[in-house]
Amino acid sequence: MRSHFRELIAQDRAKIEAKWLPSRNLSKPMTIAAPVKTQYEAVIGLETHCQLKTNTKVFCNCSTEFGTVPNTNVCPICMGMPGVLPVLNQKVLEYAVKAGLALNSQIAPFSKFDRKQYFYPDLPKNYQISQYDLPIAEHGWLEIELVDDQGNPIRKRIGITRLHMEEDAGKLVHAGSDRLSGSTYSLVDYNRTGVPLVEIVSEPDLRSGQEAAEYAQELRRILLYLGVSDGNMQEGSLRCDVNISVRPVGQAEFGTKVEIKNMNSFNAIQRAIEYEIERQIAAIETGDHIVMETRLWEEGSQRTISMRVKEGSSDYRYFPEPDLAPIEVSTEQVNQWRSELPELPAQKRHRYETDHGLSAYDARVLTDDRSVAEYFEAAIAANANAKQAANWIMGDIAGYLNTNKLSITEIALKPNSLAELIALIQDGTISGKIAKDILPELLTSGGSAKELVERKGLIQISDTGALEAIIEQVVTANPKELEQYRNGKTKLIGFFVGQVLKQTGGRADPKLTNQLLVKKLNN
Amino acid sequence: MIDREQVRKVAHLARLELQAHEEEQFTTQLGSILDYFEQLSELDVTDVEPTARAIDVSNVTRPDNLQPFSDREAILKGAPEQEGDFFKVPKILNAE
Repeated sequence: MRSHFRELIAQDRAKIEAKWLPSRNLSKPMTIAAPVKTQYEAVIGLETHCQLKTNTKVFCNCSTEFGTVPNTNVCPICMGMPGVLPVLNQKVLEYAVKAGLALNSQIAPFSKFDRKQYFYPDLPKNYQISQYDLPIAEHGWLEIELVDDQGNPIRKRIGITRLHMEEDAGKLVHAGSDRLSGSTYSLVDYNRTGVPLVEIVSEPDLRSGQEAAEYAQELRRILLYLGVSDGNMQEGSLRCDVNISVRPVGQAEFGTKVEIKNMNSFNAIQRAIEYEIERQIAAIETGDHIVMETRLWEEGSQRTISMRVKEGSSDYRYFPEPDLAPIEVSTEQVNQWRSELPELPAQKRHRYETDHGLSAYDARVLTDDRSVAEYFEAAIAANANAKQAANWIMGDIAGYLNTNKLSITEIALKPNSLAELIALIQDGTISGKIAKDILPELLTSGGSAKELVERKGLIQISDTGALEAIIEQVVTANPKELEQYRNGKTKLIGFFVGQVLKQTGGRADPKLTNQLLVKKLNN
Repeated sequence: MIDREQVRKVAHLARLELQAHEEEQFTTQLGSILDYFEQLSELDVTDVEPTARAIDVSNVTRPDNLQPFSDREAILKGAPEQEGDFFKVPKILNAE
């Protein structure tokens, strides 16, 4: 609930504090002379803040645009002037309910906003409008998919405790220093104040850094599929905080919980958790007690550091927001929004495996991005073989997209033309090699694959008589190689195949050429 | 009733620094305000739904239409200090 910038400030403090802490290398496992090593497990939950992709702020008509001149997207409402009246943006409610539904949650029949009080200049009102005891959605779950050593998928349901709506805070710049501690004053930009967020809290169902990173990625994927967020971690549209404790395997109670903040990639989430698990186990084994605290992930040094918080200063004194009416979403409205949900990544993954016979791996890659999944489905709808379509999309097409920094919606090759190309290979009209050769032209210029093949005269030569005539020429022209072949150097078959392909501009049916050549050479 | 310790806590949360005699004074004053409101507990509210609002209204929303505020300068000028496009605030003493 705290702003990104407050975290940065806190990081500054922590950097100073870290200087005074003894440095300990905890990344190496401690060697303990105990005969039986205790096995530990981590208990992890995530709190994710996600910016909703609306035109205007949550309670006023200001723009949510990122990167504009400081303090241009401000008005008396988001600046907390006396006497103003905030009104909920209906898109925010719609997006929050849709996100709740996509996370298999129950939508609250009665929900309300509350004021969370704290003193910090990133919010001009000295309180944040959030939801406390009656969030818009509760009791959901999402499914994550990991891979075991053999490459088989492991699926796990992660509980979603709640999802609620709230406003974001502003940004601070510290003058006279790049960190808070040395600054003599601070500058505030309120453009982000009042930008709509949903906070999504998971159950403590995660057990490793990898599971947590996958949970965060699946959550982002779902929000992107819904079109309710841009999920941009660099711009702060998606921010994750981790709650983590460790306990001996078999122990029912949780260990002491530590919060980790300041991770700005999925990889950082995984590494911060892995570091913290080792740190906590080492602390337990050496008899140190773990302090309930907030720690910050330091990307540079790849470790978490303590951010001391003064005891008793955070008493948020939540109370119902008197300026905003409660929300009662009708069953009809919920059903309407439910009917507008797209097919979600987990559903697609299951369907690709069961209906199209794809591997779990292929299904995962194809569904990662909704536009790629839709491209694949359009090719299937145009009667493409599913496995072939998957191979082309994940292979040559993905390679082309990566090299040229394009998205699949930006290429000239349309899914129906890909389906045509695949059909041309399957019915023997062209070889796979010819298909690869003409792909670049299809990717850049588009059009029908079939017409291109006809126009360029690339139709495969599958006529036995025609091929035999060419083979005859090739063999006659290379008597030395023929003799060597017949003396046992049979790998020269490759040389002859190459010569035939050269003669035909690559159009000779490779399989038939091979058969006919073997017959001829062994004669 | 409210005791002096609670008054100190509330003052701390509101970032107010109180003198000893003020703590004494506010303990008495806040106590009598609370006593006054305490009269409400005489009412039988067994069948009344709890509410935070006097007017029974819900689902007040607005469309997501951009209408930028036209006078940001007035807002910036309203602050005690500004620097360029920013509001200027005193040195921040702690992150909480």
